[in-house]
Amino acid sequence: MKKYFNYIALPALALGLVACEPEFENEIEDGTVYTNGEANFSSYVAVGNSLTAGFADGALYITGQENSYPNIMAQQFALAGGGEFTQPLVSDNLGGLTLGGTQIANNRFVLATDANGNPGPAVLSGTPTTEITNVVTGPFNNVGVPGAKSFHLVAPGYGNVAGVPTGQANPYFARFASEANATVMGDALAANPSFFSLWIGNNDILGFATSGGAGVDQTGNLDPTTYGPNDITDPNVFASVYSQEVGLLVGSGAQGALVNIPDVTSIPFFTTVPSQAIPLDAGTAATLNAAFAAYNTQVLPGLASFGIITAEEAAARQITFAEGANFITIQDEDLTDISAIVQGPPFNLDPITAGLLSQLRQTTNDDLVPLTTAGVLGSTDQDFLNLLVSLGIPAEQAALQAINGVSRPLQDQFVLTSQEQELITAAQTQYNATIQALAQANDLAFVDARSALQVVANGGVSFNGGVLTSDFVTGGAFSLDGVHPTPRGYAFTANAIIDAINDQYGSTIPGVDIGSYATVAISNDVN
Amino acid sequence: MKKVLSVIVLLLVCAVTYAGGYRVSLQGQRGLAMGHTGVAYVNSAEIAFFNPGGLVHLESKLSISVGGFGVFSDVKYQNTEFGTSSQTDSPTGTPLYLYAAYKLSEKSSVALAVYTPYGSTVEYPTDWSGSHLVNSIELSAIFIQPIFSTKLTENVSFGGGPILAIGGVNFNRNLTRSLTDENGNRSNVEVDASGVKGYGFSVGGYAKFSDKWSFGVNYRSRIDIEVEQGEGTATFSNVPNSPLAPTVNGDFDFTATLPLPAEWTVGVTYKPTDKWVLNADVNYAEWDIYNSLDLNFLNPDGSVALESINPRNYQNAWTLRLGAEYAVSDKFALRGGAYFDESPVQEGFFSPETPRNDSFGFTGGFSYNVTQKLAIDASFLYLAFREVDASYDAYTESGVEAPFAGTYRSSAFAPGLGLSYKL
Repeated sequence: MKKYFNYIALPALALGLVACEPEFENEIEDGTVYTNGEANFSSYVAVGNSLTAGFADGALYITGQENSYPNIMAQQFALAGGGEFTQPLVSDNLGGLTLGGTQIANNRFVLATDANGNPGPAVLSGTPTTEITNVVTGPFNNVGVPGAKSFHLVAPGYGNVAGVPTGQANPYFARFASEANATVMGDALAANPSFFSLWIGNNDILGFATSGGAGVDQTGNLDPTTYGPNDITDPNVFASVYSQEVGLLVGSGAQGALVNIPDVTSIPFFTTVPSQAIPLDAGTAATLNAAFAAYNTQVLPGLASFGIITAEEAAARQITFAEGANFITIQDEDLTDISAIVQGPPFNLDPITAGLLSQLRQTTNDDLVPLTTAGVLGSTDQDFLNLLVSLGIPAEQAALQAINGVSRPLQDQFVLTSQEQELITAAQTQYNATIQALAQANDLAFVDARSALQVVANGGVSFNGGVLTSDFVTGGAFSLDGVHPTPRGYAFTANAIIDAINDQYGSTIPGVDIGSYATVAISNDVN
Repeated sequence: MKKVLSVIVLLLVCAVTYAGGYRVSLQGQRGLAMGHTGVAYVNSAEIAFFNPGGLVHLESKLSISVGGFGVFSDVKYQNTEFGTSSQTDSPTGTPLYLYAAYKLSEKSSVALAVYTPYGSTVEYPTDWSGSHLVNSIELSAIFIQPIFSTKLTENVSFGGGPILAIGGVNFNRNLTRSLTDENGNRSNVEVDASGVKGYGFSVGGYAKFSDKWSFGVNYRSRIDIEVEQGEGTATFSNVPNSPLAPTVNGDFDFTATLPLPAEWTVGVTYKPTDKWVLNADVNYAEWDIYNSLDLNFLNPDGSVALESINPRNYQNAWTLRLGAEYAVSDKFALRGGAYFDESPVQEGFFSPETPRNDSFGFTGGFSYNVTQKLAIDASFLYLAFREVDASYDAYTESGVEAPFAGTYRSSAFAPGLGLSYKL
């Protein structure tokens, strides 16, 4: 028996060991398939705003953070020497914040259906458990702070919880700031980056944009401490703080990537509600045209002939309706206020009509209507209705005069006019020039997120299983706040940044399969 | 003998996984050791499986073969485009067999055969990148078959018998690539059914041309394992609370049909000397019946709440087998064999649930006659797969194909032990 033993057992044993582990010729797990090139991914630190934090659906919640572009990138970096990536995770998947037990930020949006089965964004129900005074201890690799503008990253006290109620500090940074007087940049450097990404500046124009241009263009004002939340940051202020931030990161010996600022016209917050949003039947259109006939044919030509407004302005202020979809009526603060002059001769209009006409025009295709305006259009301005009734106008007639966006023009903050867009574009163009120049000067990867998102917005990007577009709800790229990406949108972003890094550093980090990432979340667990 | 056993135990320690494909050709130690041949070789009660037609040629009044295998198999997956990789961690498969043949007379024999020709156990890490196709699957079928075999002439015989198949399946996958509940848990379905019966038969013919040459042919019919309403449960979990979701959480009845294909085998046995036996068998499995795995999830009233159509598009497949036996002494016989197993899986339909490409099997084994009546049989199979770039293209989301592609490599090792008894 013994002599046969070796014939059988040894080959069997050898074969058995082979059978244990099938091996690929080039095995990912061996760490030899991908290379880091000249980059060192051992300690990746991401600096930025809500986009870096993984903010989505109007809130910061755990699965959103897990699908932040830096976290997605870090998983890919791990294939070529990347290390652990830590994030200041919030406490739940609801997304709301509390301060001292009082809720200060809403839960996230989910896609819910109404009684008729129509889907739309609604706030997920539940009591949020993320208390911002429960400070989580870093250092963290993701130092994305929702709401941060360029100059906030170097502002001491931006994470001081005592400043949150007054708006002096940021509740999201207060949650994980290393101390009350810490700066975002300081905490980022504390994580000892060998590699970084910096994506900041979006909010320096976005606050102005989403407020419908209600803020101030601060170009020329070099003191950011005097800025309001909806203001446009002076491009020189941006350039100054941005180069300071890049200097701090590069000065620590790290390599990295700088990401530029996308167009506001790439996000569904501004592209979902059409400018021609008012449906009218022929009868109503005729009635309205009759009501505005005197304004079109007498008031405007009269004002132009007196030289009070230009002929161009007179033309731009014409109000006409037709059967079908109509442009919205708005008060445009960039127009000449004619309310006083039309109350005098020869027009002698009453104060209410004069107020209606003061800066009246209809939108054009060049104006952008924010997503939040959709709920206002066609609704009744109740205060105005009450005013008219109190002046003795019959309720039925008053109601016809109080329809928002039609007989009652929308106030400035409900529309981002083409003139306001020009202010944004002017600042954005200078920001982006600064970003690209600093990337080149410091041999950093430059990520043209602006162009990448333009492709998504104009036709979309094909992926394994569909096409990624910027269409609200259905396009897959943007979450239900209309501004921030979905996990799939963040995955697309991560791939764009990885591509730029590979180009700059000669690394071969693979992108991710964006089809595996979720789009908008559905749930009827809503308030 | 102890040492051999200890080596086998050692092999068990390298705890790898999965039974490749769902036809598992491990129906006897002696047959397997010779490349799983034996349609024309009358040697032990294993002939009850390989060819009921040859059963009557067993010389002993009573012949019993019993045994089992441990199947250690492993599948690795990776996708270098995206940097994803995964590896199965499946429990050990344990196909078993029992054949008991009784000689009624010189002209006829009866037998009872119990065997497990189909099965699969594949377990990937939960929520891996292919989890929308499969997280885990466990498929088993036990065949119970009474057999009658009779001689037409001294050298020509046939036999056969009805088969009762009792099948079970447990299958778990995520509903889509990305759907989750409100907390990010992947929406999932698990279907479970056991004790599902199916019926079929096998028949075989055997002809002995001379002391050196014999020929056999065997046909085992298709058996459908049909899960009817009430026989199984599908459990949906982590589905978000929304009418926009494809379904709701909870248990559903379901219906499904898993076909176990018909298989033809022809083969010859040649005995050049008293000590040598050479076998050559060819199998032809009619896999083309496995066109699609369709599951209908039912409302309590029996109407279809949700259907899951999973194209498979298998094609008929050949297996070519060679085996040899050498009688070292009266007490000891050595065996070896090899086979080529053509995969029924077609390009574009390579699913991680049965990640089966063409393979080569290498087998070996021995029998040791402890007494005149009792022998210990041992064998092993090593199934070698090439690395293969493959994809499953038939998965769709919102009507758009979303292929799941990557590189696969499988291996399987199956050592077995059994006893043969004759009276």
